[in-house]
Amino acid sequence: MTSATTILAQNVCRNYGSYVAVCNINLELKRGEVLGLLGPNGAGKSTTMRMLTGNLAPSAGSIEVCGIDLLSNPQEAKMHLGFLPEIPPLYQDMTVDEYLVFAARLHRIDTYEIGQKLDGIKQRCGLEDRSRHLIGTLSKGFQQRVGIAQAIIHSPDVIILDEPTVGLDPNQIREIRKLIRELGNSSSVILSTHILSEVESICDRVQIMCKGSVVFDQAITELKQQETNLEMIFTQLTQGLIKRDED
Amino acid sequence: MIGTIIRKELKMFFTSPLAWILLTLLQLILTWIFLGRLDGFLEIQSQLLQIANPPGVTEIITLPVFAMAAIVLLMVTPLLSMRLIAEERRYHTLTLLMSAPISITDIVIGKFLGLMVFFSMAIILIVGLSISLLLGGDLDFGLIISNTIGLLLTAASFSAFGLYISSLTAQPAIAAIATLGGLLGLWLVDLVTGENNQWLQAISLLRHFERFNQGLIDTFSIAYFVLFIATFLILTIRHLDGERLRG
Repeated sequence: MTSATTILAQNVCRNYGSYVAVCNINLELKRGEVLGLLGPNGAGKSTTMRMLTGNLAPSAGSIEVCGIDLLSNPQEAKMHLGFLPEIPPLYQDMTVDEYLVFAARLHRIDTYEIGQKLDGIKQRCGLEDRSRHLIGTLSKGFQQRVGIAQAIIHSPDVIILDEPTVGLDPNQIREIRKLIRELGNSSSVILSTHILSEVESICDRVQIMCKGSVVFDQAITELKQQETNLEMIFTQLTQGLIKRDED
Repeated sequence: MIGTIIRKELKMFFTSPLAWILLTLLQLILTWIFLGRLDGFLEIQSQLLQIANPPGVTEIITLPVFAMAAIVLLMVTPLLSMRLIAEERRYHTLTLLMSAPISITDIVIGKFLGLMVFFSMAIILIVGLSISLLLGGDLDFGLIISNTIGLLLTAASFSAFGLYISSLTAQPAIAAIATLGGLLGLWLVDLVTGENNQWLQAISLLRHFERFNQGLIDTFSIAYFVLFIATFLILTIRHLDGERLRG
């Protein structure tokens, strides 16, 4: 809780056989910062996120979470991490309460604290009246909320969300964005998305990835000062790269 | 942390009707055999009295029940073990476990022990069946204890094997069929080997169980079971860890 830098990734690479999925990613995030990760499909966003959460080992490079090395001390480092993958990891035949209690136990929350945390998190994610519903019967939007609840139940220092607003209706998207903004006040958040306006409205910083490397990294305030259009930059950078490759 | 996984596994077993149906079927089949043997025993009881050193109730009634139980467990294990890891992978919930501060070893051991708790319940029912014979006569408790230990070790070996197969695929049905095939193969090895084929006899699971069935607690058999279980648990852990490393 002391260090200002919550997540630090240096020269992280990942190959699948001879295919290079991610190459030399450098990433530094401070407490209270929300980072938006943009990029066309297959740019390596999900691979990067899976590496940052210890689901995938990098081929090279180092990752530190709150000053703890993720590779040599995975369990301690993961205590500070919350992760919502692209497909929410939900057990369809558990109720919302059962699932969240399991997630809380997995993240080593003390038994006497669980009840209180559970109420807090359900209120935050708007799940109060769904406690006893089976997850399998919930709509996509509510399932997404349960997924987010699972990622933040242990109040982690780093929250990593892979396309958190996919499949939600406009109202829900607004609520989730508000929630992410709130989370960004106390923790660091990394989120990937395809919606450029989302990044402009909730992120402090934006990184654009293409073909496994970061091609653009700037604070949103700077962007606004320069009055440049994120969409233009995105198209230029990513399409330019892909075209050049094809030639 | 292992406790959290065991609890979750048991909850998943008993919220689905599968576990209840299997327990019922198991008990039904074994009680049928038990009653059949009891009938047979009552018929030949008068003739037995004329033999100098007649076999007791335990040998005539209980031993075949335990021998049959081993075969029934062989059939039941694939149905229970198939979903342990394959289903987690299929519904992407493995990510939840992998991003939590829990080691892969804890996950695998927890799942294995969860299955073993279930099997212990089934075995307690079988032992209860045998002990009910106390109503009509004396029992050889040494024989029952050796059979119980043998059945537990056999069930544990089946489980470890099933767990490993389940970790190889994302399709529970494939895991079930492969496990059944593998276990049947191990059983057949026992059926086809002649007395002089020492090597094949040594690797047959049921040949080792037979020793326990006859009341012989053999250190070679115990060592074989323990090695068998440890090998497949370690293979499972290594396989899951390899996935993290290789993707």
